[in-house]
Amino acid sequence: MKIHEFQAKHLLRDAQIAVPDSHVARTAEEASAAFGKLGGPFAVVKAQIHAGGRGKGTIKSNPEQHGVQLVRSAAEAAEVAGNLLGNRLVTIQTGAEGQTVNQVLVEAGCEIDRELYLGIVIDRSCGLPVLMVSSEGGMNIEEVAAKTPELIFKESFDPDAGLKPYQVRKLCYRLNITGKSVRSADAFMRAMCRVFVDLDCSLAEINPLVLTKAGDMIALDAKINFDDNALFRHPQIVELRDVNEEDPAEVRAAEADLSYVQLEGNIGCLVNGAGLAMSTMDLIKLHGGEPANFLDVGGSAQVEQVTEAFRILLADKNVKAVLVNIFGGIMRCTTIANALVAAYKQVGFNVPLVVRLEGTEVEEGRRILAESDVDILAASDLTDAANKVVAALG
Amino acid sequence: MSILINKSTRVVCQGITGKAGEFHSKNCLEYGTQLVAGVTPGKGGQEVLGLPVFDTVAEAVEKQGVDASMIFVPPAFTADAILESVDAGIRTVVAITEGVPVVDMVRVYDVIRDADVHLIGPNCPGVITADECKIGIMPGYIHKKGSVGVMSRSGTLTYEAVWQLSEVGLGQTTCVGLGGDPIVGTSFIDLLKMFQEDDETEAIMMIGEIGGSAEEEAAAFVKEHVTKPVAAFIAGRTAPPGKRMGHAGAIISGGKGTAAEKIAALEEANIEVAESPADMGTAIERAIAKAK
Repeated sequence: MKIHEFQAKHLLRDAQIAVPDSHVARTAEEASAAFGKLGGPFAVVKAQIHAGGRGKGTIKSNPEQHGVQLVRSAAEAAEVAGNLLGNRLVTIQTGAEGQTVNQVLVEAGCEIDRELYLGIVIDRSCGLPVLMVSSEGGMNIEEVAAKTPELIFKESFDPDAGLKPYQVRKLCYRLNITGKSVRSADAFMRAMCRVFVDLDCSLAEINPLVLTKAGDMIALDAKINFDDNALFRHPQIVELRDVNEEDPAEVRAAEADLSYVQLEGNIGCLVNGAGLAMSTMDLIKLHGGEPANFLDVGGSAQVEQVTEAFRILLADKNVKAVLVNIFGGIMRCTTIANALVAAYKQVGFNVPLVVRLEGTEVEEGRRILAESDVDILAASDLTDAANKVVAALG
Repeated sequence: MSILINKSTRVVCQGITGKAGEFHSKNCLEYGTQLVAGVTPGKGGQEVLGLPVFDTVAEAVEKQGVDASMIFVPPAFTADAILESVDAGIRTVVAITEGVPVVDMVRVYDVIRDADVHLIGPNCPGVITADECKIGIMPGYIHKKGSVGVMSRSGTLTYEAVWQLSEVGLGQTTCVGLGGDPIVGTSFIDLLKMFQEDDETEAIMMIGEIGGSAEEEAAAFVKEHVTKPVAAFIAGRTAPPGKRMGHAGAIISGGKGTAAEKIAALEEANIEVAESPADMGTAIERAIAKAK
């Protein structure tokens, strides 16, 4: 699960991690008032959407307006907030349509000496969380990793013992952080590692991480993602969810306990099992089609679930044909065939449907489909299914 | 021979009194698995499927003699259930449960890293040695005794592969579902070592997917240490970056973990890669033919 920058900064502040003073604004007037409350000579107005790349991103209807802007007066804060709020911000991560800005963060400016990078993730190879820092702050860290990997420094840490002081000193040495800034870095980095573990984060990223002219370490940006599997023990985090930032079809699917990812093709697919669902997308592409989605109905495809899955697929106007690919294991093909027929009737299909069944009680399952009065194109195997569904596009 | 489990493996089911635990325990018994006990804290003394239920794994081990455990407890308690099994001296632990928090697995992995324990999963279909022992949720009857070792990060895609193998007349020794989470107990490399040493296994089928670098590490290992023919399939060529494709571990993040990178590494190690998921059975045939 993702959250907004302002929410992430609240969590950091609660953990005694240094962040600039700021206020959230949902109207231009609020932005103006926020500037006044901060009381400094300048502030930064930042669009709050989940996608990254906001500084370089621009408003769709007003390409002059970037998603992050320095302002020097309350009036200017109001003007920039007015340009951002209610409009769609397009960044490298949003797609061409962009994402609507519903709130901005008005943040006190700070005297920057150096811009660094800090990120914490789980390193799958060693099975431990790892803290990464780099001297190349403010840059796209993936580019830094690709072009100058020697500028990224890593320390893994035990989730219970946390990051050790000597590990902070090592990283400071690599980053050329000296004097009293080392103490500031120690407090900052070790608290970040604690937050990562305590809140079950999957990513905690501060980019840029700033050393101020006064020598203090402070989080200028904050991006935190959470491990969905651990949300059950963090009800206060679940409350931070903003469904406006999520794909409506994906939200609807999640409510029906379906695993769904929206893609851009025109062949809808419904599959049991995540690996098989990905493979089905690959298969469609291999045979010249374009998958419209990833959809895993899971191990217990009930009539209600299949029906809702069909409705979600058909609600996508791009979908011109649907492929159902089921390998019946413990869940029998007969059960699934009956569910398909019932769901097909309820939904009112308006595009061709190709079904490939294999596995437990497959003969009986195929017979149920063949003898039903629904118009299903039966496929004999995976390749036949792909060819039939691509051909059905006409 | 086979790897991990065989007909003399004695199994305990943790969470046997739950719906899924009981359902799949029944299927395992019908397959011929020597399931000898169940464990559910607070329900010791009861009986399920004619098997004694104990409060602790230690008691099940003491009273029934157990070599392996099969875990069906809810995600919040799975890490503890794994550690309880390890503490009771069980050497093969199969965790089926999906949805275990990653940090819980970091803590578990810290315990098993240097221990003489094989943890399979979590979030996996389990392990089966054809005609001998099934610990998991896979449909038993699709497996045929033979000479191919199968290892996979997926569930139904593994059944699909096994089905195709059986169709082309190739049976299996042991099939292992590693699990779809970012941190799982057993890697492809662990299994490659076991399959390489297993006399009955003549060829190895590997099914990977996007996310992480387990396949690249396996490819490097195959190049150096595996003399048996290996075929592979990688799911997710068309998966978009930054999106979790069902499995918690199936995500391309920071441009890393793409199918293209994995396939390139596998091909570089002279592994026969199936281009289509329909082609997994024939890929292993080609790998075997190439080795002759």
